[in-house]
Amino acid sequence: MTQSPMSDDRKVIAEFVDVHRHYMMGTNVVRALNGVSMQVRQGDYLAIMGRSGSGKSTMLNLLGCLDRPTSGQYLVGGRDVSQLDDDALSDVRGREIGFIFQSFNLIPQLTVLENLEVPLFYQNRVGPESRAKAEHLARRVGLGGRLDHRPLELSGGQQQRVAIARALMNDPLFLLADEATGNLDSNTELEILALLDELRAEGVTIVIVTHNENVALRADKTLWLKDGEVEQLVDNRLAQTGGGAS
Amino acid sequence: MRTVKLGLKSLMLHKLRSCLTTAGILFGVASVIAMLAVGEGASKEALDRFRDMGVTNILARSVKPPDTQQSSSQSAFSAMAYGLLYSEADLVQSALPKAKVVRVREVQRPLMRGEYFRTTIVVGTETDFIEVTNMHISEGRWLSEVDDQTLSNTCVIGASLANTLFPLENPLGQTILTGNDDRYVVVGVLEYQGRAAGPAGTTYDECMFIPMSTSRRRFGEEVSTSSGGSFKRERIELNEVKVKLETSEEVESAAHIMRDLLLEAHKQQNDVEITVPLELLKQEEASKRMFNIVLAVIASISLLVGGIGIMNVMLATVTERTREIGIRRALGAKRKHIIQQFLVEAGVLSALGGVVGVLLGMLVPIGIEAWFAQKTIILVPHVLLAFGISAAVGVVFGIYPAWRAANMDPVEALRHE
Ligand SMILES: Nc1ncnc2c1ncn2[C@@H]1O[C@H](COP(=O)(O)OP(=O)(O)O)[C@@H](O)[C@H]1O
Ligand SMILES: [Mg+2]
Repeated sequence: MTQSPMSDDRKVIAEFVDVHRHYMMGTNVVRALNGVSMQVRQGDYLAIMGRSGSGKSTMLNLLGCLDRPTSGQYLVGGRDVSQLDDDALSDVRGREIGFIFQSFNLIPQLTVLENLEVPLFYQNRVGPESRAKAEHLARRVGLGGRLDHRPLELSGGQQQRVAIARALMNDPLFLLADEATGNLDSNTELEILALLDELRAEGVTIVIVTHNENVALRADKTLWLKDGEVEQLVDNRLAQTGGGAS
Repeated sequence: MRTVKLGLKSLMLHKLRSCLTTAGILFGVASVIAMLAVGEGASKEALDRFRDMGVTNILARSVKPPDTQQSSSQSAFSAMAYGLLYSEADLVQSALPKAKVVRVREVQRPLMRGEYFRTTIVVGTETDFIEVTNMHISEGRWLSEVDDQTLSNTCVIGASLANTLFPLENPLGQTILTGNDDRYVVVGVLEYQGRAAGPAGTTYDECMFIPMSTSRRRFGEEVSTSSGGSFKRERIELNEVKVKLETSEEVESAAHIMRDLLLEAHKQQNDVEITVPLELLKQEEASKRMFNIVLAVIASISLLVGGIGIMNVMLATVTERTREIGIRRALGAKRKHIIQQFLVEAGVLSALGGVVGVLLGMLVPIGIEAWFAQKTIILVPHVLLAFGISAAVGVVFGIYPAWRAANMDPVEALRHE
């Protein structure tokens, strides 16, 4: 499924329009993001890279609606969310975004099933259906028999699988992964990346923030940040093809 | 419901800490329930006693004056005179024409019936006595006007005395011998009273009742007692004058009149005491109110302490679970959801303390009743109130920690280690 970047008619599901995020440090202004524009289309697999301090985390927080831009627009599914209040932003997170964290972030006192149901709980959608869905997704990530386990009874890779299943529970517009394999050994990392590849092949949109180039190369495109600005947007397939030719 | 279940789950994370936290609430609730039960029991006992005395009654009693130089200077042969006089009873009756005025004379005598023997109080009194004291006949009849007018040797006996002197036979129609060979025919037996409202040291259940005029004739006004080798004579006309008013509204003014009439005359010897059960009842009610206020203050303090404990633990919990809060916020929880979660947890925590506290508080009075023979009463509203308040304390003291949790910046919370 190769698409030319010139004639892309897939739906834009997340879009930054000249987004700034400035922090006040005393009298200094830190321009963590300084006029970033970019689009994520349906089915995209986008990696965001950059050196430390380049603005990756800031961008992730904005993409995840955990934070609001100082100026500019952020459109999620075509709707500008940059000015929404806390409750409305919570709703956008709960309905449109699937979070995957570096440290898994499962809730320790809850079982796998209960962890999976948390996103739906806040939308009052917990019931037999959510249970069925949790079972389905647990099987999908290869943990069908572990619904009653506690997170600490699982290995790191298994926990991250649960987290991925949890991120899918609300049928999000896109998955937002923050250094999703940073806490895993290299074998497990490959397994998780393979799982993301599968999801991606099923049409799930993925945005992953990483500083690991091998992880980034799994994505179609890599957006490089530098000093809060977009340095370049690299099409990895072209780059890889180029690499293979030489 | 689910929130409550999840709240319990979180509390199970720190079983010991949760238990210790609830201890404050627990002991607060338990002690308040126990104190209420004991207070309620003691107060009911007192109130019942005063009610038994009759809330429309006023009782004037002769009391032996404290040993003064007067009595020591008296010769051994002249009797010491004290107490209420027949004439004073008449004065009271004319001052309170609508009231029932009953004269009472009490003499200690040994009573014999065949092989059965008992020293007790022989009460000389009038026909209204039974109504004024609110006692009832179980067999036979009460003393009549005719008995009084004819100075008849008839008697009515209390239930316990009947059992003592006539363990096997029906006392009606039988005779009882007093020490000086007087014979009295039993015409009635009183119902068992089981209350303390009798002449000093006894209950009316132990007494024998005879007509006033008979008592006056047989026993006279002088009593000889010998104690420790010294021989004493006392002269006393009436031991008690019982006054029954028609309504309790009249009690206050009647008490005033009687105090004016009697206490003034007996000021010197200080040998008359006036008891107004209604006043005692009101005093008891007032002191019970006071007790309840004190109890409420103690309860508030202990619940405050318990509440602060809960707040303390909830603050620690919130800090500990900062990351969980961040995760929940990222997964779509609104501030109100976080508030709700921690309020429920605090409420569950203190309600648990409340439940155990109530149970403990109900056990303590049982023990007190068994060991100290102190009557206790547990009222359902008290239990519900204690439980409700303890749960409310958790919620109230959980508000600030929950508010802190809800107002964390999700980004900061997620970054928290
Ligand atoms: N909360 C904050 N307050 C002040 N400055 C911040 C804050 N968060 C990030 N920054 C600054 O913004 C810039 C970008 O940071 P960040 O987005 O964390 O970069 P990265 O994740 O790529 O390392 C850095 O200079 C950082 O110091
Ligand atoms: Mg960072």
